[in-house]
Amino acid sequence: MATDIRETTGSQPKYKVIGSRPIRHDGTDKVTGRAIYGADVQLNGMIHGVILRSPHAHARIKSIDTSKAEAVPGVRAVVTCKDLADPGDRRVELGEGSIILKHLSANVLARDKVLYRGHAVAAVAADSVHVADEAAKLIRVEYEVLPPVLTVQEAMKPGAPLLHEDVFTDEMGEKSKQPSNVAKHFRHEVGDIAKGFAEAAVVIEREFHTATVHQGYIEPHNATAIWNHDGHVTVWCSTQGSFTVRQQVAELCGIPISHVKVIPTEIGGGFGGKISVYLEPVAAILSRKCGKPVKVLMNRTDVLEGTGPTPGSFIRIKMGADASGKITAAEAYLAYEAGGFPGSPVGAGAMCVFACYDVPNGRVDGYDVVVNKPRTNAYRAPGATNAAFAVETVVDEICEALKINPLNFRIKNGAKKGTRRVDGPVFPRVGMIESVKAIKNSEHWKTPLKGKYRGRGVASGFWFNCGLKSACSATVNADGTVGLVEGSTDIGGSRTGIAMQLAETLGITAAEVTPTVGDTDSVGYTDVTGGSRVTFATGWAAHEAALDIQRQMVTRAAKIWEVPAKQVKYIDGCLIGPEGKRFTFKELAAQINETGEPIIGRGAADPQQPGGAFATHVVDVEVDPETGKVEILRYTASQDVGTAIHPSYVEGQIQGGAVQGIGWGLNEEYFYDAAGTMKNSSFLDYRIPTCLDVPMIETILVEVPNPGHPYGVRGVGEVPIIPPPAALANAIYKAVGVRMTRLPMSPPNVLHEILAKGSSGQSR
Amino acid sequence: MAKKRVVTTTINGQSTEFLCEPRQTLLEILRDTLRLTGAKEGCSNGNCGACTVLLDGRPVDSCLVLGVEVEGAKIDTVEGVAKADGLDSIQQAFLENAALQCGICTPGFIMSTKALLAENPDPTEHEARFYLAGNLCRCTGYDKIVRAVLQAAKAKKSGN
Repeated sequence: MATDIRETTGSQPKYKVIGSRPIRHDGTDKVTGRAIYGADVQLNGMIHGVILRSPHAHARIKSIDTSKAEAVPGVRAVVTCKDLADPGDRRVELGEGSIILKHLSANVLARDKVLYRGHAVAAVAADSVHVADEAAKLIRVEYEVLPPVLTVQEAMKPGAPLLHEDVFTDEMGEKSKQPSNVAKHFRHEVGDIAKGFAEAAVVIEREFHTATVHQGYIEPHNATAIWNHDGHVTVWCSTQGSFTVRQQVAELCGIPISHVKVIPTEIGGGFGGKISVYLEPVAAILSRKCGKPVKVLMNRTDVLEGTGPTPGSFIRIKMGADASGKITAAEAYLAYEAGGFPGSPVGAGAMCVFACYDVPNGRVDGYDVVVNKPRTNAYRAPGATNAAFAVETVVDEICEALKINPLNFRIKNGAKKGTRRVDGPVFPRVGMIESVKAIKNSEHWKTPLKGKYRGRGVASGFWFNCGLKSACSATVNADGTVGLVEGSTDIGGSRTGIAMQLAETLGITAAEVTPTVGDTDSVGYTDVTGGSRVTFATGWAAHEAALDIQRQMVTRAAKIWEVPAKQVKYIDGCLIGPEGKRFTFKELAAQINETGEPIIGRGAADPQQPGGAFATHVVDVEVDPETGKVEILRYTASQDVGTAIHPSYVEGQIQGGAVQGIGWGLNEEYFYDAAGTMKNSSFLDYRIPTCLDVPMIETILVEVPNPGHPYGVRGVGEVPIIPPPAALANAIYKAVGVRMTRLPMSPPNVLHEILAKGSSGQSR
Repeated sequence: MAKKRVVTTTINGQSTEFLCEPRQTLLEILRDTLRLTGAKEGCSNGNCGACTVLLDGRPVDSCLVLGVEVEGAKIDTVEGVAKADGLDSIQQAFLENAALQCGICTPGFIMSTKALLAENPDPTEHEARFYLAGNLCRCTGYDKIVRAVLQAAKAKKSGN
């Protein structure tokens, strides 16, 4: 069931195309198996590459001998880090965050050390994947095995094994003298925290641990490359950003970006994990070495051991509120795993941690800590879910101590226009309080939950969303349709959401627009599909392209009618001239080629006000006190979605995000042994939710238009993953009386808490 | 390397012969030899269901079947679901319900749904969820997939 609450309710719908639910343009290709994903690419003369990966979590590479592999019949090329360019010490901006090039390079192919099990060390290309596989096993790597460090708390201890001799702590801008596993410590502050806690009637302080989890896209990473004899490289891959792949391949191979063409295929999920390159530069240098197109694919174990994940974390939260339930002070200590190289999303976590609330006195300390796990990457609102699990649990305890309804607490303290975040920014018009009120008014909330071992929990979440750069071009066809080429790879229906905005501006239907995702030589620079930005920013670019078409069509109509252009108006898909002169879009389109040059709209956007997104979720659970298993009985998610361009896909983002959050909350974790080997590196053992694990996810779309977008769009994709773990924890508390401070809340972990409490024996 | 063998099957109603090494999976044969890339490889060990095809009417993970095992068998893949005159009602229901986001799991879900509805033309929500639990989707949270499956069941019953 989905409910739609519009802030501006009137008798007339505001838009014709926006808010409707057309069938997506790429739909037929995808239900018939015809859509081409990265692994489906097949080129003449193509051979196959395989990566050799480290069996150790932490070791020095003493030598690599590839001679036996090279001697295998059918082997065409073997490469190691020596075949990549010397990256130097530079830091490069990749569109969504920056990275030190030598770290990126050493992550793609290890240099002097391996820093996690699964770290790529060498690669082989051969006539068949099986030959490549056998040859890779003949590569002799001599390792000096070192002790691994697997959690932030261990890694931060004095005397902990060091991952890097050249990583020093950036201690609030000052570089430490000794190398350290702590790459960065920063602080945000507002008000007077001591005074704030002194004013509190209740202060709650708790510590939380969250496990490392993976994005879990169903399609493994892939790359196919041809290094042509003119020094130009073409790469086919499924990626969240073809331009960022272009840049990373160019940097790591030491060639200009103009020598790299990236052709994005359809992409089988990403959630942030398909932004950094892994295979693309390797396929490129294998091809350079053997002169043939090379395809490299990961298997599922490679994906889990060698890509992603999102960090495990240690978090301490202290919050205080006065007797009326007003927050007086809040303090957070966030230590996030970066994995093998610096760059955890702790910065984003610190921006989001208290953002749902008006916090007059606050302090947030963030620590970016390297550990012997794969280098973390973005995962849907990276960093925010960890923080919200902690904060929203503490908020629940405050509500319990003060006997305040948790929704009323959120309405009282919720962020609104003018509220300053602890890290500085002041909110424009946002819908936090509206998302809470929508839950309060929902049938779910109004229906009492009855039964033993059952409980209901709520939690909220915030994600800031990104703007960044987007480009597109749109060509008017003589049959009255428009061909739209846009630069955002389409991960979940976005090409339709973008086309709908162009159609709305032109006054034509969504079906009259044919959207195509362009390659890096055929469309303007476009940043990654991430940060919930595509429908917002690329949609804006499409709107600009439509306005450009409008202007050109006005000029053309004026030319045909022989009247001044200022006498022609573009209204509702028609050109209106003086004395009743009128063309529909279709009528004028039919005359374009006879009356002048082609009409091509140019759209480019770099919007600065993405408008944050807020969500509030409510969940009913039943806990089995014998096993600790948590069953979800009912789930409702409300969210301020700005303007829902295609409501079905907005609901889909919310439902999908909520279920990922449920998996994170209840089950998913990287399970390591003491040597740093992941023991559950398959989908059977790293168990993401199946359709039997979850109920229908009810959605409430609260539409508070973003003032920073021509159609009021806010990003919607990321925030729904944030509330579920905390909402579940709060529900579990209501069901069986145990406060869960550790993720996942899997049966053994929940049972452990029930038994620990069990001496008193009481369940509520 | 063992010698290749000739295997004769019927794929999507057409008699098909292929050459196959004993170690090659059916999925590899479909994708790399026969260029039927609708079946997707998500895990290569039978955990995700993206490579689901029907083997003599039964849904199987084609990554767990060897190519040489399908001698004489009848195989249906997603490429054979739509007829020349249009989409199958399952495919239509997936489109109308926005039951796909990235779409990588969709061919597997469509094949499992085909098998489900052949066995049980009128499944309850729970029966559909139970039957489809071997197909993983990471994008949709399953809500719209399950709705599409139930709609397809209705459409098939009314003869569409």
